[in-house]
Amino acid sequence: MTENRVGVYICHCGHNIAGTVDVEEVALWAAGLPHVAVSRDYKFMCSSLGQELVEADIKEQHLTHVVVAACSPHMHEPTFRQACERAGLNPYLFEMANIREHASWVHPNDRAAATDKAKAIISGSVRRVLELSPLEPLRAPIHETTLVVGGGIAGINTALEIANAGHPVVLVEREPSIGGHMAQFDKTFPTLDCAACILTPKMFEVGMHPNIKLLTYSEVEQVDGYVGNFTVRIRKKARKINTELCTGCGDCWGRCPAKVVDNIYEAGIGYRTAIYRQFPQAVPKYPVIDVETCIYYKNGKCKACEKFCPTGAIDFDQEDEIILMQAGNIVLATGYDLFDARRIPAYGYGRLANVFTSMEFERLTNATGPTGGKVVLRDGVTAPESVAIIHCVGSRDKNYNVYCSATCCMAALKFAHLVKEKTNAEVYNFYIDMRTAFKDYEAFYIRLMEEGTHFIRGRVAEVTDAARIPGEEGKLIVQAEDTLVGKQRRIPVDMVILMGAMEPKDDAKEVAYRFGIGCSEAGFFTERHPKLDPVATMSEGIFIAGACQGPKDIPATVGQGAAAAARVLSLIGQGVVEIEPVRAVIDESRCSGCRICNNLCPYNAIDYLEEEGVSRVNAALCKGCGTCVAACPSQVIQGQHYTFDSLMSQIEGLLYDVGNNQNGHVRVMEPEPV
Amino acid sequence: MAHDYNEFNPAWEERTPVIIGLLCNWCSYRAADLAGTSRFGYPATLRDLRIMCTGRLDPTFVVKALREGADGVLVMGCHPGQCHYDAGNYKAMRRMALLRRTLVQLGVHPDRVQLAWASASQGTVFTEMVKNMTETIARLGPLNWQDTAFDESQHKEMEAIRG
Ligand SMILES: Cc1cc2nc3c(=O)[nH]c(=O)nc-3n(C[C@H](O)[C@H](O)[C@H](O)COP(=O)(O)OP(=O)(O)OC[C@H]3O[C@@H](n4cnc5c(N)ncnc54)[C@H](O)[C@@H]3O)c2cc1C
Ligand code: SF4
Ligand code: SF4
Ligand code: FES
Repeated sequence: MTENRVGVYICHCGHNIAGTVDVEEVALWAAGLPHVAVSRDYKFMCSSLGQELVEADIKEQHLTHVVVAACSPHMHEPTFRQACERAGLNPYLFEMANIREHASWVHPNDRAAATDKAKAIISGSVRRVLELSPLEPLRAPIHETTLVVGGGIAGINTALEIANAGHPVVLVEREPSIGGHMAQFDKTFPTLDCAACILTPKMFEVGMHPNIKLLTYSEVEQVDGYVGNFTVRIRKKARKINTELCTGCGDCWGRCPAKVVDNIYEAGIGYRTAIYRQFPQAVPKYPVIDVETCIYYKNGKCKACEKFCPTGAIDFDQEDEIILMQAGNIVLATGYDLFDARRIPAYGYGRLANVFTSMEFERLTNATGPTGGKVVLRDGVTAPESVAIIHCVGSRDKNYNVYCSATCCMAALKFAHLVKEKTNAEVYNFYIDMRTAFKDYEAFYIRLMEEGTHFIRGRVAEVTDAARIPGEEGKLIVQAEDTLVGKQRRIPVDMVILMGAMEPKDDAKEVAYRFGIGCSEAGFFTERHPKLDPVATMSEGIFIAGACQGPKDIPATVGQGAAAAARVLSLIGQGVVEIEPVRAVIDESRCSGCRICNNLCPYNAIDYLEEEGVSRVNAALCKGCGTCVAACPSQVIQGQHYTFDSLMSQIEGLLYDVGNNQNGHVRVMEPEPV
Repeated sequence: MAHDYNEFNPAWEERTPVIIGLLCNWCSYRAADLAGTSRFGYPATLRDLRIMCTGRLDPTFVVKALREGADGVLVMGCHPGQCHYDAGNYKAMRRMALLRRTLVQLGVHPDRVQLAWASASQGTVFTEMVKNMTETIARLGPLNWQDTAFDESQHKEMEAIRG
């Protein structure tokens, strides 16, 4: 048994820790803890010099364990584990003491208390590290296939990047076609290039790509496993179309007598038939039958589509298909939902006919939309002579969403331009602040000002049809305080467009839970690091891209899609992943075979061996939650790295100065000269 | 500024409450990290350690903490239905219910041992929980279980609870 020699390193983190915690004193004190051979404080432990300090001490001072007291282990545990490994020390004999997030930053005005707490945390970590055992990370091959969920521009781009690098991709989209919100747009800011012209070639490429398996009208129902080796269960909803036979000719939907308002693609301002294709450039080209609307499923009659289909592709009895697949990595690109404008009654959406949502307007200006691109009022014929565009509807408003949706100012400018171009109406933009950051956006704003759009700075209080003064009759009156001139204004217009917030998808929290990632209180998926790791998540092998991570425009979405693809490709390139060996292990010689643990495991990772009469953990299935460890009445299940002894010792250490323990664990000795 | 806990209970004298926190790696530990990055202040009463999931909660840890001189134990995990490992927090709930009943028998006020939830984005919830628990413990006064646990005449809290 070699002597234990612990190295303790206290990081200043510039002023972040040293400004509150007396790091020199803590380092001197730590030198007196049992088994501590080296104790130092240093400006930035995570810098290469800091890491070299640890490495040199491991080699020269023959350290057996290392504790770095600095930031959260979620920041730099991997950094220091690697440093230990480089110096020949097993990385699991390292422990991080979190004295920044959990001490200096939360007790900024109390140096004494923060210093005392830092000591307690370090004392706990030193006691804990001494109980840790060397472990070898589990290595697992990375399955080459990537699952991409969501076929908006984010998912399309991710899938293409990975597929073009020569690796298989399965792209799962909930709707009958890929394309997402971008497929609903006519023009895109700030260049006003046609959305379809830049999107449809990419959609087509996805549909044709030999490395992409496209599953539309499908949902991921279940995800198991871990990085490199996820098992995914996908439900492919019955299209009621035999896609082997269908040519996408359209004879069926042309004859379908059942019509329904299309709330998804047409945003509620157009109709579709029961058998429908979302839009002409849909990928794949096959229609689907909406069984809720189809007459045949109601009363057994009709079957018009079947009669007219030249290839016999209609299959009323088709059932949902369950597909099981293996994936090495997963990219979530599930996008956003538009704010429901009915939630702000004062703006009259749903009550005042000529109040439109932004997505309705997108469809209205779109050449493939219900009006063939004509900007007209709800009556379908009258062109507006004046239009108000209200910014920040449901954004930057503590009653709805406090965040800025980042894209609405620019989309509002796009709309202002399109209205002017198509109707020559007067356009009034009501804004709180104009936010036109990023390349060429400000120039677009200037261009709009030159085009004669009116900009009124002030949050709109109300949209009403109650005329008060002559000239207001039959109009929608937009009431707002013009904060630049400091007076109330009432502007009568024919049409109002509400620039609704970009919100998380309504099922974002469920999806996050299903894939084991986190989301913000609002429901946007949480990235691993907001600055340095924006497309990874806290779950290894699961990445996020596009508007599911937060409101953003198409360029930023595309960038994230490519970034997520790059991360996936680098993992595929490595070929194997290292997985934390935090697992449960049963000491079979002492297991009583009571089987209590068997049913507790959420992953059914514990098998009962009938012959031996004992239980055994399947390391490939165990995720290391520790539930069985805590439950075993014989205390013979070891939770690696979170063993009973390590946690009990940590508790002792944390309480080293409390009650009767005072001085109990502190060896009184001079700090060793270092 | 060092807080004077004698306002709540004069038995504190020079001492301040000490609470051991057992935080789930996926939610509450990150909520505590977020409280730090957001610079939310809270009393320096909590000393926490990380477990992978509240399902790892061995009641022995709680008893150990109290025996080693803690005045309370705060276990925090993911919201019900959001456990990273499906349902560890439900198991923790059951264990805690049993444990608190047992602790009452041993003379410990059940409020000294609490189970709460905070998701990774709920730095505020975490901060509030530490504040609330600190106040609860401050009112209850020091536990001194090391001295009293095995001395029945000292089971003051239990008597108070029984009325
Ligand atoms: C009114 C308006 C106008 C805009 N105009 C512009 C513009 O001109 N220029 C610009 O740069 N940006 C514009 N934007 C922003 C743009 O819409 C987004 O940046 C972009 O659409 C985000 O793409 P995405 O792929 O992340 O999400 P989405 O387009 O929302 O795509 C997500 C896809 O995932 C699918 N999906 C969701 N959940 C699941 C699931 N669980 N399983 C399977 N599939 C799922 C959805 O059906 C959808 O197809 C505008 C936004 C608005 C609101
Ligand atoms: S709970 Fe413990 S003793 Fe019982 S079967 Fe599981 S490992 Fe064996
Ligand atoms: S630690 Fe135990 S209960 Fe948890 S996953 Fe592993 S075997 Fe199952
Ligand atoms: S992982 Fe947080 S309680 Fe289970």
